[in-house]
Amino acid sequence: MTARDLIPIAVLTILAALLPLVVTSSPVLNFLVFMLIVALGAQGWNILGGFGGQFSFGHAAFFGTGAYVTAILQLRYGVNAWAGLVLATGAGAVVGWSIGYLSFRSGLRGSYFALVTLAFAEVFRILANAASFTGGAAGLLIKLDVSPANLQFADRAVFYWLVLALVAAVLLLTRWIQRSRFGAQLVAVRENEDAAKALGVDSLAVKLRAIALSGAVTALSGCLYAQYFLYIDANIAYGSWISVELLLAPIIGGVGTVFGPVVGALTLHGLGEVAKQFAGRIPGIDLIVFGGVLVLAVAFARGGILGLLERLRDRGRGMVARGTKEVSHAGR
Amino acid sequence: MLAVDGVSKRFGGLMAVDSASLALEPGGIVGLIGPNGAGKTTLFSMISGFVPPSDGRIRFEGTDITAEEPHRRAQRGIGRTFQIVQPFAGLTVCENIAVGAYLRHAKRADATARAREVARRVGLGAELDRPAGGLTVAGRKRLELARALATEPKLLLLDEVLAGLNPSEIRDIIPVIRGIRDEGVTILMIEHVMQAVMNLCERVYVLAQGRMIAEGPPAAVCADPRVIEAYLGHGAAARLAAEGAAHG
Ligand SMILES: Nc1ncnc2c1ncn2[C@@H]1O[C@H](COP(=O)(O)OP(=O)(O)O)[C@@H](O)[C@H]1O
Ligand SMILES: [Mg+2]
Repeated sequence: MTARDLIPIAVLTILAALLPLVVTSSPVLNFLVFMLIVALGAQGWNILGGFGGQFSFGHAAFFGTGAYVTAILQLRYGVNAWAGLVLATGAGAVVGWSIGYLSFRSGLRGSYFALVTLAFAEVFRILANAASFTGGAAGLLIKLDVSPANLQFADRAVFYWLVLALVAAVLLLTRWIQRSRFGAQLVAVRENEDAAKALGVDSLAVKLRAIALSGAVTALSGCLYAQYFLYIDANIAYGSWISVELLLAPIIGGVGTVFGPVVGALTLHGLGEVAKQFAGRIPGIDLIVFGGVLVLAVAFARGGILGLLERLRDRGRGMVARGTKEVSHAGR
Repeated sequence: MLAVDGVSKRFGGLMAVDSASLALEPGGIVGLIGPNGAGKTTLFSMISGFVPPSDGRIRFEGTDITAEEPHRRAQRGIGRTFQIVQPFAGLTVCENIAVGAYLRHAKRADATARAREVARRVGLGAELDRPAGGLTVAGRKRLELARALATEPKLLLLDEVLAGLNPSEIRDIIPVIRGIRDEGVTILMIEHVMQAVMNLCERVYVLAQGRMIAEGPPAAVCADPRVIEAYLGHGAAARLAAEGAAHG
């Protein structure tokens, strides 16, 4: 990785870190934290779906695992919240690898893979809803005990900075993937699996690494969710709402790009909030906005917002290039 | 180096390859010819691991690789091109070739440098940053060759890399293939362009309806009545001989 790869990430992170110094209203900070948690989970989706081309409809399976693992470890076993964070992330990797092993080993691709992930998430949701171990339908409450040692902060801004730091870390991870042999092989598998194999790429191993990483990152976001709101139940942690959000954000922002998931999460939730301000009495107005944005993205911006910007830039450059050509013609 | 021993492939009721054998010594260019549908591509797919044989054995450098996965065979040094080109359409030419180069070079800088070198060699030096999806037919064929070459294979299987090229493009690429051979890479090539086969191959195998019907130097094989019949139909060899006698 070169300085050019790192500077945009550093600049954006620093700018975002300054935000709580300007904005101090709790609803806004709440919104920002929630948006960043979604962005982080979406970054996880993007590693597998964007770079690997394996679209998952069930990333709730990882999000929920992260949330439940940390909550159960703290409540039932008295594990420290920070340790819970690490273990929850690890659990996401294990669940990811396992789902990957079962589906990729049997050659599932495309819509079949998407459906299998959806099925896993639903099974987890139903199990978590039924078992007393997971708190059943009543869900789990993490004990309020504000202390940095417990990963609970009196000031919302601190949590915001923590999530932001993790989002930045995953931006770096994603940039590294993009610049590495692993990333090149992952993209090759996405573009044409047989051609990749002929060039010596172990496509199963590459996909398993991708889904394990993806599961870990999304589980981390689920864990942060539980830790911030201190309450989860099966329909929150394993609900299809989060699967949809984690998939929509990268598609809207730019699938298989480093910043796409963050841009997408910001756009979706930004628009959702605006819609709620103006038409808060209509229930589900934010979902209607999500649907509308998705339709627009699919119809007019196949590469998401970042893809659209790139095309506009190229067109701008083309116009400049043509312009100079005309000038040089006129000069002759 | 490569020993294919009585290999067969059945697709339902069709024997695409029927107990075919061939043996390659290191170095040199060997041709594999035969009419359309003879089973040549299927035989390549069995050698490279994409299609499991119904019967028979394949050995590479003394090791039985019959049951090995394609990527393992590529790691051993078997490179292949696809008759129906399979570019990574969303990637640039350079990125396409780099995927091959990464097999032996873990670092991005090394793999990219290697990719550029290979691209120049096959005449894609000017197209490095173009998306592979936008290449012409000739460009895509070159890209197939470049990617396989970037894996630094010991054995290179070329499946009709000259098909669809015009005569001047063929003239350009023939020295490239000869150059690869001169570096010590063993080449097995499926080819319909007979001029190229005559020009390049020291030896050819002829496959017809899944069976290996002849083997030897190209000139001798082309004069073989069995080969003429395979291409032109039953009785053709006799007819040609009779015509020849009448003109004489
Ligand atoms: N995957 C497949 N399934 C069924 N039939 C196949 C398959 N691949 C090839 N064939 C058949 O096997 C025969 C040999 O095909 P192929 O190896 O492509 O011939 P060639 O390369 O010599 O033209 C053809 O009749 C073809 O239709
Ligand atoms: Mg063929």
